[in-house]
Amino acid sequence: MNGKSRVAAHVKALPFSGIRKFFDIVAQRKDVISFGVGEPDFDAPRAVRDVAKTSLERGETHYTSNRGDPELRRAISRYVARQFGATYDPDTEILVTVGVSEAIDIALRAVVNPGDEVIYHEPCFVSYRPTIIMAGGVPVCVETRREDQFRLTRAMLEKAVTPKTRVLMLNFPCNPTGAVLLQKDVEDIADFCAKHDLLLLTDEIYAELTYESKHVSFASIPGMKERTIFLHGMSKAWAMTGFRIGYACAPVEITENLMKLHQYAIMSAPTTGQMAAAEALDHGDEAVAQMRAEYNRRRNYLIAAFAEMGIPCHTPAGAFYAFPYIGDLGISAEEFALRFLEEKGVAVVPGDAFGACGAGFLRCAYATSMDNVREGMKRMAEFVAEIRAEQKK
Amino acid sequence: MDELLNILKTSARTSDADIAKMLRTTPAEVAARIAAYEKAGTIRGYRALINADHLPDDGVTAVIEVKVQPEKEGGFDRIAKRISAFDEVVNMYLMSGKYDLLLFVTGRNLREVAAFVSERLATLDGVLSTGTHFMLKTYKLDGVLMDVDKTDDRMQVSP
Repeated sequence: MNGKSRVAAHVKALPFSGIRKFFDIVAQRKDVISFGVGEPDFDAPRAVRDVAKTSLERGETHYTSNRGDPELRRAISRYVARQFGATYDPDTEILVTVGVSEAIDIALRAVVNPGDEVIYHEPCFVSYRPTIIMAGGVPVCVETRREDQFRLTRAMLEKAVTPKTRVLMLNFPCNPTGAVLLQKDVEDIADFCAKHDLLLLTDEIYAELTYESKHVSFASIPGMKERTIFLHGMSKAWAMTGFRIGYACAPVEITENLMKLHQYAIMSAPTTGQMAAAEALDHGDEAVAQMRAEYNRRRNYLIAAFAEMGIPCHTPAGAFYAFPYIGDLGISAEEFALRFLEEKGVAVVPGDAFGACGAGFLRCAYATSMDNVREGMKRMAEFVAEIRAEQKK
Repeated sequence: MDELLNILKTSARTSDADIAKMLRTTPAEVAARIAAYEKAGTIRGYRALINADHLPDDGVTAVIEVKVQPEKEGGFDRIAKRISAFDEVVNMYLMSGKYDLLLFVTGRNLREVAAFVSERLATLDGVLSTGTHFMLKTYKLDGVLMDVDKTDDRMQVSP
């Protein structure tokens, strides 16, 4: 080896996810109340699991079409039409992927030429910046702020756009902030994309999990379809993370080229998961509604608990994350998280794991039981009081 | 159903203060709404869900199917009210199908329940026949599994 690394330089240069470091620390502890889990605490609905079992019993253990099982693509088309008001042809405009994660990766690789700028927003999901870089793009970050409820505004985007900008990449409702966009925001951003002739890559994986108002999808805006890659999947609202099923909806030319990357890298998404997904899309509304109602109770509880502690927190209107600000306590989010874990046995994730502007914030996922929410907040109130007492000394 | 009732149905011991947080209201408002439900008879009581299999000597429960003679006036109501007044009867329903009333009856032991059926229930005017089934084990009670203590085996931190 001669001391030379065999890993490609551009991969070696990628940082590990900030989450991963924290995961390693938490994994060494037992009996932790964790607000660190970015996946539902519910199991997939029973009917969905039954369909998966039946599919296995019927011996459906083979590849599906590269694009995804035709029945599932039709179910996706029906669902997207009734839920978001957008029409996609199941034969030519829908691709079933291994979670939205794969869809993000192949979408960026399919549309970014070397040196193209991709605007994205922070704090954001940990994979966004690395996947832009791996696709040969130049990530251009727009920082969202607590005073705007972490919404993205047209003014922020206008400052970031250049002649090299090719793609705008969004995730609302947002992990980790729980922010949502309102109808006006969506219309403004759509208009911004049209004005600058940008392609919009919109990851709407949390679309069903909004609590203050119904989700507004970019796919629903007239005229946006030709410049939009709409990404969604089963993991969050249907509690199907382990099934690994996502999908991309896009105009024919883009879908064809996504298909190339998908077919060479993946072949087809897991068959059992695809069968389960079709059931969930056609018959899962009530299960989703029940989970959403439970998330909402926990969310309300967290907001009230932070208010009692005097910890500022914008109203997280979507997903299952709260993003309180602890910057006034005089310690960093990382120190807070490490000590909170050590001293009280509660895990939260430092906000800067999701981008530098997340410094001073904590991501608290409320995908955990109400008992845990209650006990976790009780311990947080104690911990915050102790920190304040220390700071006074 | 009202969210407040949903919460109490799941855990009636949730404090007014906690419910207020979940519903974004005040503890006083929660207390007032609960009092109104109690007054209206919508909330008829609060009780623990106890897994009887964990108790040392918990007695027996029988499910009894009863056929009765409906009356010209009042149908099943008069006889049903009479039967439901027995302390031994803990749950009772009017059913469609091969029998009319379904009773859940508790007693200290098998003999006590047998005596209740043969001496007090079957002898009532209007009771045509009874069929008694003793419960052996409770797997699920009011939607709650008795045996399962599911552990959370998700990764404790994930993106």
